[in-house]
Amino acid sequence: MHDFDYVAPTTLDEAIAALAKHDGQARCLAGGTDLIDQMRTGRRRPALVVDVKKIPELNALVVSDDGLRLGAAVPCSDVYRNEGVAQDYAALADAARIIGGIQIQNRASIGGNVCNSSPAADSVPALIALQAVCVIAGPNGPREVPIERFFTGPGGNVLEAGELLVELRMPPRPPRSGSHYRRFIPRNEMDIAVVGVGASVQLEDDGRTVAAARIGLGAVAPTPLLAEEAARVLVGRSVDDEAALSDAAEAARAVIRPIDDMRGTKAFRSHVTGVLVQRVVRAAAARARGESLDYCPGH
Amino acid sequence: MAKKRVVSAVINGEPTDFLCEPRQTLLEVLRDVLDFTGTKEGCSNGNCGACTVRLNGRIVDSCLVLAVECDGAEIETIEGMAGPDALHPLQQAFLEGAALQCGICTPGFLVAAKALLEENPNPTEQQIRFFLAGNLCRCTGYDKIVRAVQACAAAASEH
Ligand SMILES: Cc1cc2nc3c(=O)[nH]c(=O)nc-3n(C[C@H](O)[C@H](O)[C@H](O)COP(=O)(O)OP(=O)(O)OC[C@H]3O[C@@H](n4cnc5c(N)ncnc54)[C@H](O)[C@@H]3O)c2cc1C
Ligand code: FES
Ligand code: FES
Repeated sequence: MHDFDYVAPTTLDEAIAALAKHDGQARCLAGGTDLIDQMRTGRRRPALVVDVKKIPELNALVVSDDGLRLGAAVPCSDVYRNEGVAQDYAALADAARIIGGIQIQNRASIGGNVCNSSPAADSVPALIALQAVCVIAGPNGPREVPIERFFTGPGGNVLEAGELLVELRMPPRPPRSGSHYRRFIPRNEMDIAVVGVGASVQLEDDGRTVAAARIGLGAVAPTPLLAEEAARVLVGRSVDDEAALSDAAEAARAVIRPIDDMRGTKAFRSHVTGVLVQRVVRAAAARARGESLDYCPGH
Repeated sequence: MAKKRVVSAVINGEPTDFLCEPRQTLLEVLRDVLDFTGTKEGCSNGNCGACTVRLNGRIVDSCLVLAVECDGAEIETIEGMAGPDALHPLQQAFLEGAALQCGICTPGFLVAAKALLEENPNPTEQQIRFFLAGNLCRCTGYDKIVRAVQACAAAASEH
């Protein structure tokens, strides 16, 4: 690995100062599951590595009447073990449970998954579905960016030199709502999503009619996508209505810009997007009715 | 060159100070500085689990940890697994069940399987396979590894 310096600040201000002083030559280190390999292979060569795991704000994990506050450095295993998250923000727990194996989940953070900004990052479609907002701090003060506007292209995001992601904030969950994230991969575990779909569904009192929905799509465009039209066509219709679900699938397929690669062709990704949107919406609706999913990741 | 740092950690119960550069991984320091060569290097990128150790109780891939991050940490390696007089029951079960061939994956599987059984003393086959998905084995085809973990869990629950 190239030669670099290392600091582990214990306050946000110190971290911002360290990042700003190195003006683009410093990088944050959370769980290191992306960054350390990128440095080992020479893809990233920061002069300074700023370990953000000792900053209290980045370790927050609070579910309250105000919603969910998830510190950017909290590892996946803490996310899915948190009962409040597993219960109310299930799509996020679904994603955290399939990012790598246990060794990876004990280190990998959702903040790192977001900031690495892979189009296939598993947490992001879930965060889109759950309406997450990125809370950013930097030399020019704090700012907030909705997750679907955080990404600028593969590996790219809106963070300016000296800025860091502090936390992801999600609003409280409305009554009769449920969420789910699922991806397609060719094997059972430990692979990169060919397509990933997150959905949140709120139902009317009848437990069938969609009151509101949000759908996030991963691995099918240069950045993760919020599929607004796909969610809109469901509103006012029953989740048992096959035509409604296939309209949502079509609307999702209309906004994707997939690539051909070794994991799948454009046509395959488009087909799988439609299939997953229907399955994930149904599953989110089942959770909204309080049913537990008989879902085993990878199957 | 970035200055070498002194890192103080507790390794297998022993307070240990070592010197390292920020760019050295925990895996490099364990093997090349501290001579804990039981921890193996397979892929160096987090895919194979041969370098699995416990860091503050949790299993991690030591190839994806910087040694400087470990100041004040508790680390457990395969060298800390056997008791003074006998192998750990999992090690015994791996031997008796022939759950290894070349053996390079074995320390990682043992450290991970120990963490699994502490958390879940009676895992199903599915739970074992899921928990050990971050450990790869080129030789055994996994069945004997899974059965050794099951045998160890069954023996423990008889007592
Ligand atoms: C074997 C293996 C399997 C994997 N499987 C999956 C998978 O199934 N799905 C998936 O989506 N990913 C997977 N990954 C990728 C990786 O584990 C995830 O992206 C992980 O969430 C990254 O988090 P981290 O905390 O390790 O980030 P780090 O590696 O510490 O950081 C990632 C990037 O984000 C930046 N960064 C981190 N925190 C901040 C912050 N607070 N502010 C600003 N910038 C920041 C870093 O500078 C770096 O560029 C896998 C990786 C490995 C090695
Ligand atoms: S050597 Fe660390 S996971 Fe393979
Ligand atoms: S015994 Fe050879 S890799 Fe597992």
